[in-house]
Amino acid sequence: MTPGVSSFTDFLRMHDPSLLPSGRSMGSMPSTSPIDVPHGTTIVAMKYAGGIVMAGDRRATMGNVIASRDIEKVFATDEFSCVGIAGTAGVALEIVRLFQVELEHYEKIEGVLLSLDGKANRLASMLRSNLTMAMQGLAVVPLFGGFDLATQVGRIFSYDVTGGRYEEYDHHSIGSGSMFARGALKKMWQPDMDQASAVSVAIGALYDAADDDSATGGPDLTRGIYPVVAAVDDNGYRRIDDTELEPVIRTLITDRTTDSGGYRGVGGHS
Amino acid sequence: MSMPFYVSPEQIIKDKADYARKGIARGRSVVVVQYKNGIAFVAENPSRALHKISEIYDCIAFAAVGKYNEFESLRVAGVRLADTRGYSYDRQDVTGRGLANAYAQTLGTIFTENPKPFEVELVVAEVGSVAAQDQMYRLTFDGSVADEHGFVAMGGSADRITEFLKQAYAPDLEFPAALKLAVEAIAAGKAETQASEADESKTNPSAEPNPSASIAPEMLEVAVLDRNRNRRLFQRITAERLSEILRA
Repeated sequence: MTPGVSSFTDFLRMHDPSLLPSGRSMGSMPSTSPIDVPHGTTIVAMKYAGGIVMAGDRRATMGNVIASRDIEKVFATDEFSCVGIAGTAGVALEIVRLFQVELEHYEKIEGVLLSLDGKANRLASMLRSNLTMAMQGLAVVPLFGGFDLATQVGRIFSYDVTGGRYEEYDHHSIGSGSMFARGALKKMWQPDMDQASAVSVAIGALYDAADDDSATGGPDLTRGIYPVVAAVDDNGYRRIDDTELEPVIRTLITDRTTDSGGYRGVGGHS
Repeated sequence: MSMPFYVSPEQIIKDKADYARKGIARGRSVVVVQYKNGIAFVAENPSRALHKISEIYDCIAFAAVGKYNEFESLRVAGVRLADTRGYSYDRQDVTGRGLANAYAQTLGTIFTENPKPFEVELVVAEVGSVAAQDQMYRLTFDGSVADEHGFVAMGGSADRITEFLKQAYAPDLEFPAALKLAVEAIAAGKAETQASEADESKTNPSAEPNPSASIAPEMLEVAVLDRNRNRRLFQRITAERLSEILRA
């Protein structure tokens, strides 16, 4: 019952460090042969007038195998922020869970929300403590976004495995399909778009990533598995419902059927 | 060389209990009432920053009277316990009963082992998916736990408030009605305390106790555990909303 710390991670470090992702010893695991575990792939995020939109595909891969076709990689971390993850899925999910508790814990102990910069820095320090595992091939890279209540704008932060924190302006993408998604975002993103256009740009960028990156999954209309899309604005976090996404996805697929970007099977040439 | 006086264990316990009771009786009151869609917490508290009512976990909240620094340290310990348990097992494994037990152990140990007992009284409440699953535990300074139903009153005029609520309380009230009832109960308790103080001091013998005396909204701290909310059920009622309900 020591007074002071309002950080849950710091409390666990004193009280029960074995519960922390960084608290367990990796033993003498050879660092040269990374183990085969599921990896999460592409996340995109962008600003729009009034907030941010973040979206992630639903695929996790393990080498050439699809480990999961319905994994969720975008999470609300508190009322006004969200995080998307790429990299080793198991470690990333644990870091997200700890980060969610960390933010809620601070809010309950202190009675106020952390500032958006405070949250972003907290996530950076969690990644930094995961560096040993990252060196052994279990790297995690998140993309963090939220609505800054102090300045009333949406903001996006990207990270590297050492805990480097970089604020992104306009839009950003991480994960194996990010090159292709970033290219698409550069062409489709417009400043001061509304939320609906931002959602359709996000879906389009993920579609382009899935088109060229085998580890990114496209929208699965046969099974009804669609990307996770979330928006954060002054009303807080909102996950865009599948029923709202489906018409957007169907429109996108119709558009791409008429203009596929230059690749057509023989039967497709008229 | 002086011999230490012998004091019997009964006397030590009694003195400690009297000391704690006196400390608690000096404070303002808190009322916790069950209503149709949840549990409402109403405290007479002029401070906006030093809370007597707090969120512990998704469907668990905490209300306290007595010495602020003492119940604040218990509150922080409760949040840590709940968050640690929820993180290492699952969110649904954090229960009001577990928390009440932990508080009972802590308070019991402090009461017997420390020279000065904690001058606090707590309520740990957990809201269920239906009213029958709601739980309210009242914990006293010596670590005793009581399982309460309907309503709980703590603090200076707890006896008078309990009496008032026994007559006026009905289950399945709507929130505005339950809130008004709790505020009236606190006002009734306050009116009696002021009347007896006036009697004792005899400075103003003509002052009539005013049972309908109400409490200004800015003197109240109100929060609910509303079972119709999502995940985190605890919500503070803002000053605007409060005065709106009390005026209606």
